[in-house]
Amino acid sequence: MMKSLYLDPQKCTGCLQCEMACAYEHTGAFNPAQSRIKIFNFEHEGRMVPYTCTQCAEAWCLLACPVEAITMDAATGAKVVHDGTCVGCKVCTIACPFGTVNYVAETGKVQKCDLCGGDPECVKACPTGAITYVDADWTGLDRMRAWAGRANSAVL
Amino acid sequence: MGWTRKVLRVNLTTGTCVAEPLNMEWAQDYLGCRGLATKYFTTEVDPKVDPLSPANKMLMVTGPLTGTMASTGGRYSVVTKGPLTGAIACSNSGGYFGAEMKFAGWDMIIFEGKSPKPVYLYVENDRAELLDAAGLWGKSCWDTEETIKASHQDPQIRVCSIGLAGENQVLFACIINDLHRAAGRSGVGAVMGSKNLKAVAIRGTKGFGGIRDFPAFLEVTNQKKKILADNAVTGQGLPKYGTQVLMNVINEMGALPTRNHRDVQFDQASKIGGEAMHEKRPTDGKAQLVTNAACFACTIACGRISKIDQTHFTVTNNPKYWGATGGLEYEAAWALGAANGVGDLEALHYANMLCNEQGMDPITFGTTVGAAMELYELGLLTKEQIGEEAPFGSTKAMAHFAEITARGEGFGKELALGSKRLCAKYGRPDLSMSVKGQEFPAYDGRAIQGMGLAYATSNRGACHLRGYTVASEVLGIPVKTDPHVTEGKAELVKAFQDATGVFDSAGICIFTSFAWGLADVQPQIAAACEGDWSMEKLALMGERIWNMEKQFNLAAGLGKKDDDLPPRLKTEACKTGPAKGLVSGLDKMLPEYYQIRGWNEDGVPKRETLERLGL
Repeated sequence: MMKSLYLDPQKCTGCLQCEMACAYEHTGAFNPAQSRIKIFNFEHEGRMVPYTCTQCAEAWCLLACPVEAITMDAATGAKVVHDGTCVGCKVCTIACPFGTVNYVAETGKVQKCDLCGGDPECVKACPTGAITYVDADWTGLDRMRAWAGRANSAVL
Repeated sequence: MGWTRKVLRVNLTTGTCVAEPLNMEWAQDYLGCRGLATKYFTTEVDPKVDPLSPANKMLMVTGPLTGTMASTGGRYSVVTKGPLTGAIACSNSGGYFGAEMKFAGWDMIIFEGKSPKPVYLYVENDRAELLDAAGLWGKSCWDTEETIKASHQDPQIRVCSIGLAGENQVLFACIINDLHRAAGRSGVGAVMGSKNLKAVAIRGTKGFGGIRDFPAFLEVTNQKKKILADNAVTGQGLPKYGTQVLMNVINEMGALPTRNHRDVQFDQASKIGGEAMHEKRPTDGKAQLVTNAACFACTIACGRISKIDQTHFTVTNNPKYWGATGGLEYEAAWALGAANGVGDLEALHYANMLCNEQGMDPITFGTTVGAAMELYELGLLTKEQIGEEAPFGSTKAMAHFAEITARGEGFGKELALGSKRLCAKYGRPDLSMSVKGQEFPAYDGRAIQGMGLAYATSNRGACHLRGYTVASEVLGIPVKTDPHVTEGKAELVKAFQDATGVFDSAGICIFTSFAWGLADVQPQIAAACEGDWSMEKLALMGERIWNMEKQFNLAAGLGKKDDDLPPRLKTEACKTGPAKGLVSGLDKMLPEYYQIRGWNEDGVPKRETLERLGL
């Protein structure tokens, strides 16, 4: 089964445990500045929203890369950056409509979510279940169930 | 490991920023945050120093667990000599600022001297510089943060700052970070203002990799997070109601100080508690509470994010306050509400917003208003003197006082000095509900006897966070004790005070102690830090920190006379509730406490005690 990250802003408290887990997995340090998942705090609305790569099926970052440094992990569907090949041209950061591929000056490479090889650390670190890893074909299942539960016997 | 091993020393007089290595011997004896900075402070600063003079220093400090995945590992403390109390001050704050300091590579920032003109410190990793704050002076904490982020074109900067209260040296001004988290008590914001330091802005992209044993650390912190999640208080009560979960509980047990401690129960408590914040308002059909929120790394998430009723008289013409922002915590709701007899939840949120916006401690502010209202009712303050009628329960007066106190206008200038100075000026010093000049928080020392002793002996003046025996006396954590008796309380208070010193020095939040004991914190410290971190060593360290603070206070001129409660708590019995008829048994508890501490009958640590603690 192909799985996908599922982000629920209503459950996010803004603790940034996910950012630290992501950075530790990829850099070996607790460092939100190097996280591939980001929490955005819309202060005046009281909303905290996790955001990261959605692993597009037709991935513009992958298509844009002139040196084929971004490939698809067949097992997870993740579009993965290969540091050894990446030349830091940043074209992928322009191609991505969502801004989820970013350049890292320190390494001279780009970085993005790689789903941690199929076991995302952000999911395990999230204390409220705001980030889950679910069946990619049924990301709406829980919401369908919730609405189904509200339906009465006569009419939907 | 556990530390970045770097201290930034900022001399505001000369305008220099110099890096120096952290004293690792002290780190082994005092861990970090409160303990370590107090060691630095008491070594470097004359205890007799005028708190608002350039000779006072102000230290911002993280702990070894700050900026890690340990739950609540995001705290920083501000250590200085407090202008409200003349005692050691250490105010702890959450939010994101502390972790950012660590990620920029600093354990501590020491501010010395006084800048000739308003400045702010800008830190980007190793680079630190003082920048002109002429354009920031006069701005609120909220506007200061926004302006700094805009001028550096970096929305990811974390900022702590003072508002008008700190600039005007309101004696209970606090330092606000991340819009609504505060290093709140004892007037640390006034010290910052006295140094012409408007803000500290930090961007840290280095991260923190200084963990002694990463796999062990991740395993143990995960285990401990589960304890927090499974606990009824930290897993359910606090996320849902915040600290406001306590309002009705404390009121029912007759321990909710009301109308300047005249009463111990507030008939409108249910209108200003955590449950009320969830209730839909008749005016707009919305609850005041929008959501809960976490500080950095916190898996409890007790923070409140609220929106005011736009039709409320305080904000009808002021859309600036209509958005979501930090909401009422228990202490603020009590101090702005029950302590004055005000039962209007929207007005309390408004005053709390002003406290956050301009950087004022709502506990001391609210209780000072309570004292002013009692003086008014006694005829010692008149409408002519203060500009309006201000009997207990006057919502309008409370809200107005919040506005003029931060701005330093009219009667606000007198409120800005706190209740001790206010009551002394008008001939009734006994009406200041304070210890060492700092006002009580939201638990009555008559109905919860241990808290009375904890207030009287707290090194930073009356405080619930220096020895929270409420946990035991009310909630039964770790074991239930009878709140009405004095027996055993000296020992209980000492145990809480010493353990709290360790929590505060680790860089974590004291609210974890609803579910964690020292035995839960110890393995997290041990996995993060090099060195021996046995339970015995940590317990001794907590006691060492307490005695070090005490020694500073004694050298500053404080003594046994300052380990006392106002006469009201010792002579006027609780009028209602389960504690009806009780006064504080401080006179019984204090000598026992001194003895258990290894202090003489005047409250001075004996030589053998100091030697045992390595002081």
